Amino acid sequence: MLDQTQTALDGISVSIRDLQLSFGAVNVLQDLNLDIAKGEFLVLLGASGCGKSTLLNCIAGLLEPTGGQIFIEGQNVTWAEPSERGIGMVFQSYALYPQMTVKGNLSFGLKNARVPKDEIERRVTRAAELLHLQPLLDRKPAALSGGQRQRVAIGRALVRDVDVFLFDEPLSNLDAKLRAELRVELKRLHQSLANTMIYVTHDQIEAMTLADRIAIMRGGVIQQLAQPLEIYNRPANLYVAGFIGAPPMNFIRGRIEGSEFVGPVRMPLTGYGWSEGPWTSGDTVFGIRPEHVKIGDDARHCACQTEVTIEVVEPMGADTLLWTRIGGDEFRIRLDGQTTIHEGQTLPIGFDIDCASLFDAQSEQRI
Amino acid sequence: MSVTDHARAPARRPRRLISNPMAKIAALPMIMTALVIFIGCSLWTVVHSFTKSKLLPSTQFVGFDQYERLWGTRRWLASVENIAIYGVVALVFSLVLGFVIAALMDQKVRAEGAFRTIILFPYSLSFIVTGLVWQWILNPDFGVQGIVRGWGWESFTFDPLHNPDTVLAAMLMAGLWQGTGLVAVILLAALRGVDEDIWKASRVDGVPAWKTYIFVVIPILRPAFMTATVLIATGIVKLYDLVVALTNGGPGIASEMPAKYVYDAMFNKQNLGQGFAASTMMLVSVLLILIPWAIFEFGGKKRG
Ligand SMILES: Nc1ncnc2c1ncn2[C@@H]1O[C@H](COP(=O)(O)OP(=O)(O)OP(=O)(O)O)[C@@H](O)[C@H]1O
Ligand SMILES: [Mg+2]
Repeated sequence: MLDQTQTALDGISVSIRDLQLSFGAVNVLQDLNLDIAKGEFLVLLGASGCGKSTLLNCIAGLLEPTGGQIFIEGQNVTWAEPSERGIGMVFQSYALYPQMTVKGNLSFGLKNARVPKDEIERRVTRAAELLHLQPLLDRKPAALSGGQRQRVAIGRALVRDVDVFLFDEPLSNLDAKLRAELRVELKRLHQSLANTMIYVTHDQIEAMTLADRIAIMRGGVIQQLAQPLEIYNRPANLYVAGFIGAPPMNFIRGRIEGSEFVGPVRMPLTGYGWSEGPWTSGDTVFGIRPEHVKIGDDARHCACQTEVTIEVVEPMGADTLLWTRIGGDEFRIRLDGQTTIHEGQTLPIGFDIDCASLFDAQSEQRI
Repeated sequence: MSVTDHARAPARRPRRLISNPMAKIAALPMIMTALVIFIGCSLWTVVHSFTKSKLLPSTQFVGFDQYERLWGTRRWLASVENIAIYGVVALVFSLVLGFVIAALMDQKVRAEGAFRTIILFPYSLSFIVTGLVWQWILNPDFGVQGIVRGWGWESFTFDPLHNPDTVLAAMLMAGLWQGTGLVAVILLAALRGVDEDIWKASRVDGVPAWKTYIFVVIPILRPAFMTATVLIATGIVKLYDLVVALTNGGPGIASEMPAKYVYDAMFNKQNLGQGFAASTMMLVSVLLILIPWAIFEFGGKKRG
């Protein structure tokens, strides 16, 4: 049994087994299992309150789980102190020590752990170099911009020389431009350090761009754990399909009859990549992403064609969003570039089965 | 770029001065009151401390005579010594105790609201009531000594109020009982304002809680400590009612305080000049504390 555990942990950096956590009567995490490979960048993505931070705090040792076990680098750390787990953590609010200089912030933990002076110096210098903090070392956090503060916070995790980095929405307090910059910087950092990183966010762009794998959470349960494009192309259920992608996927309710989807539109299913058997009957939700809908001449060649009346046009420069309805449900179309299509215009549209998704209307799972 | 910035700066400043004229007019009576009453009366007192005022204020100046007499009076010297001891000990203890209580209450205790009320309750009493309560507690016949003797320990003696060596300690006990709660509540509010993530970060860094308190949290709480210190210090300087209610300065002159000296000189001994001189000394000592503090606190901010 023990041997099995041991071999099962080879190549695994963080392993979470049957993790449970409840605050009183509220179950926040339920029987959660998750294995994170060495050097992997895993993003925990989910709506507010789904338990992302709670899971991260459990891994960090800041919260005691009600049940289950956590392994980091092969060690069972379920009951270990945060500082003994080989983790570094970065918080949304930066959580810098306000009365200490940048250098003080970076070295406080090391000094406390009685790391030799020259070793502290070496690590601080290296972190400062990696994060471009050299000119700021003698400043106090109050004299730094948000982006600089967050870099210091990352540096504080970096000097700990740990295997696993934990990030709790580190970029949420920054403005959009800085967020994009720091996102790239984080990605570079991950490439050069090759540490395991677990990153909590509710920003899908961050998730899609940074992650090796994304775990989508809802109500303390992982809905889907897969590579970003897999999640985008083959969402495991209706929730994931609606959560990933902006604007979200369009859903059309109907039934499968034989080899056809029948609803407000008819759609032959030949060529669909079934996850679960081919179905020949049953209530089904048909999903198609706004960017996969074709209009005008392009629509002629599609397997499924219909006509819609455009209700709203939202030009966004690089692309244009059209709002319409199919069978009473809202339906969005995203076009590349700009268009002369106007409100009230009737338009032929079409889409193909190979980029569509089908979901069981009852269980909401992909079929 | 910088040239235009400089050129623009003076144009902005006057606009700020005349902004909100109504608010400034409305505040005028209050500003006048403050100027006339606080500064005016203080100046009047200082000026008359150089006269030989007796029952009534007089304008016959006598130089530093009143001060010479003041510093030659045994009772005044005892008062100064007492307030120095009381002040230092009360300040240190109420800050330390208040902080410890606040830190304990910050550990998510149950029924915290009730605790806070209990702790703040003594502060809502007047010093007179506090003095009377503690007079009972410390009274040899009805208080602690009487109760313990009632249990059968006949030789038990606990009578700090009637012993010149312990009377200040007894007064400190009463003063701390009343004042510490406020300090604790001020510091608790400030502790609550400390970002919880800072605690998490220090735990991840492996810093023990007591070190986090000393090196991280207490520096963050500095403004709250300043507020508490100023509140305690002003309470100490004007300490009067507690003395009157608890010991009336006794035994002998063992618990006299400067404010009581002023009061007695002016209203019991019809010696206004002495009272003015003594209160001027009190004013000077307050300024000696306040001015460096104000420069440090408000002068530093502009530069930073
Ligand atoms: N100390 C607590 N006591 C009770 N419930 C809590 C406590 N902390 C968190 N919760 C609950 O646990 C759930 C998950 O919280 P968590 O902070 O993990 O959410 P999150 O996914 O990080 O959300 P966000 O994106 O807003 O940070 C929430 O419903 C929250 O109300
Ligand atoms: Mg969170």
